Amino acid sequence: MAATRLMPSDESRALIDMTREVCRKELAPQVDAFERVGGFPEQAFRTLGELGLLSLPYPEEFGGGGQPYEVYLQVVEEIATVWMSVAVGVSVHSLTCYPLAEYGTDEQRRAFLPDMLSGSQLGGYCLSEPDSGSDVGSMTTAATLDADGGGWTLEGTKAWISHAGHADYYTTFARTADTGPKGISCFLVPAGTPGLSFGRPEDKMGLHGDPVAQVIFENARIDADRLLGAQGQGMAIALHALDNGRLGIAAAATGLAQSALDAATTYAMERRQFGRPIIDFQGLAFLLADMEAAVTSARAAYLYAARLKDAGRPYTKEASVAKLVSTDAAMKVTTDAVQVFGGYGYTRDFPVERYMREAKVTQIFEGTNQIQRLVISRQLIRERG
Amino acid sequence: MNIVVCVKYVPDTQAERTFNASDNTTDRVNVDGLLSELDEYAVEEALKIVEAGEGVVTVVTVGPAQASDALKKALQMGADKAVHVIDDAIHGSDALATSLVLAKAIEKVGMPDLVLTGMSSTDGIMGVVPTMLAERLGLPAVTFASDLTVGADSVTARRDGDAASQTIEAALPALVSVTDQINEPRYPSFKGIMAAKKKPVETWGLADLGLSADEVGLDAAWTKVTAFEARPPRQQGTIVKDEGDGGGKLASFLAERKFI
Ligand SMILES: Cc1cc2nc3c(=O)[nH]c(=O)nc-3n(C[C@H](O)[C@H](O)[C@H](O)COP(=O)(O)OP(=O)(O)OC[C@H]3O[C@@H](n4cnc5c(N)ncnc54)[C@H](O)[C@@H]3O)c2cc1C
Repeated sequence: MAATRLMPSDESRALIDMTREVCRKELAPQVDAFERVGGFPEQAFRTLGELGLLSLPYPEEFGGGGQPYEVYLQVVEEIATVWMSVAVGVSVHSLTCYPLAEYGTDEQRRAFLPDMLSGSQLGGYCLSEPDSGSDVGSMTTAATLDADGGGWTLEGTKAWISHAGHADYYTTFARTADTGPKGISCFLVPAGTPGLSFGRPEDKMGLHGDPVAQVIFENARIDADRLLGAQGQGMAIALHALDNGRLGIAAAATGLAQSALDAATTYAMERRQFGRPIIDFQGLAFLLADMEAAVTSARAAYLYAARLKDAGRPYTKEASVAKLVSTDAAMKVTTDAVQVFGGYGYTRDFPVERYMREAKVTQIFEGTNQIQRLVISRQLIRERG
Repeated sequence: MNIVVCVKYVPDTQAERTFNASDNTTDRVNVDGLLSELDEYAVEEALKIVEAGEGVVTVVTVGPAQASDALKKALQMGADKAVHVIDDAIHGSDALATSLVLAKAIEKVGMPDLVLTGMSSTDGIMGVVPTMLAERLGLPAVTFASDLTVGADSVTARRDGDAASQTIEAALPALVSVTDQINEPRYPSFKGIMAAKKKPVETWGLADLGLSADEVGLDAAWTKVTAFEARPPRQQGTIVKDEGDGGGKLASFLAERKFI
């Protein structure tokens, strides 16, 4: 069932209608086959880009849609109900634009942002490394400024990078000083940069439409104006960007959970055992009721955080709560959906096993759910001064 | 080239559709509606023609308040302006009366070079309004076009039949109804959605068109729906048990129904 949405404006209502129509007609027919084989859904991103769905939360001045997060995230959720990999891709792309949009100079924004928001480009977000995941501050990829200050040279390996090898640019974090988390800076690296190469795509459990691979920098040289924000500001930029990215993941996880719930409810009303539809058994119906409660609270959690953000209020804690609640909900709901389908749920003849595999990663990326608890508890302490 | 596209707001074919019990007309109010999908092809064709040259695309609808959604969608796709003819007296109008209202509205917009319509609505499925409208406007009617080329003072259309295709030429101004084979309608982009908010929508009643209530509506209709009943629920299919003779049973099942 399409979620009931209270949209803040006429155009956002039309936007949701358009998103649903495009997802139903253009994306839905490809998903199953694509997720079986795996690859980069270039055509899907092109379609969404042409319709203006890849730049919704950014200023109209630079080609964005000028939409509040409350609206943008509900579009992500709608896409996720049909194709999780693509919804994650939309969220990751949004994440890659954030450092430039928020920390770039006016000159940098004018130079780079319109292309990034045009809908014809997609970004990669290079933060994690093979030995630096949750502990981002320990990264070793280094950026060295030329003696004459004319450019930067990057050296090191990033891991798990969505869109690696397919993106048009990489928002990259690298060490510019040996001062731990305070020695990290943020760069915008064009895809064609010499010295940039990519590893073999990881052989993942699911989300096969989101190929991830290592991004390798070997003496990769970029212009001086590719530094975003101040030297040493990288960690703060990365964390702020992730506050937003987490909301995207929360919205996507909610959409995924909604699809699992819908599939399970339909099945439970059709499947008959002991002479009646299995939904007539309270033991099963209550499972579905709990799934509905989980989806609804996931949606409420991310919308609450989004509305705080849109109102200019602090939302770091609420974004982490939303990520934690929504992705745990997605895991629970998709697992229970397989349960509702019984043996059929465990086969690839039905989509629920795929949903379950897709849900797992949402508890891991953009900060594991352990790290979300770390963020939340630290904010609790900070709030008491 | 100025083009008027006639569009209709119809009940969503995916939704539960019903009739009004009091007068047997289609319930257009208590059901989710949308721009008739067959009309999207006409809107798309108009946009393509204007984009390849220049001109203004005006969309016209006759319908209740909700019908403005159909206009909105067409404006979001890229049409320049819209006209909504709305009047309680129009309720229950047949195809003849609808074509009369449309003709008056188009005359009031200003005679365009080209009038485009879908090949039929997805609700009434009569497909006669385009021809009636052409007659009233004194335009040549080219119906069921699956391909359309617009020249300086004529249009050339291809009409596909089962066994052959006709190529037809008509002088402009003309009316052309298009099929669902003619193009791939675009989705409104987000920019289109934003732009549509600022596009002009005129709302006219019968009086604005110089028409009186007794020329339209249920009482003026030449046809009336006298009764309706729900279609019987689909019967369960036949299950053939295979006891070594399943193939034969299937074949005779199909043969009995003259499928083979
Ligand atoms: C499909 C996919 C796509 C991804 N896309 C990107 C991308 O585009 N860009 C990018 O930069 N990264 C990306 N990542 C990387 C992702 O963000 C990391 O995998 C994640 O941050 C966890 O890091 P790790 O894998 O090194 O796990 P580790 O940090 O090694 O964690 C292992 C376990 O230890 C726990 N743990 C670690 N520290 C603590 C602690 N202090 N307290 C309690 N528990 C702790 C973790 O919660 C986890 O359970 C992606 C990952 C995947 C799987």
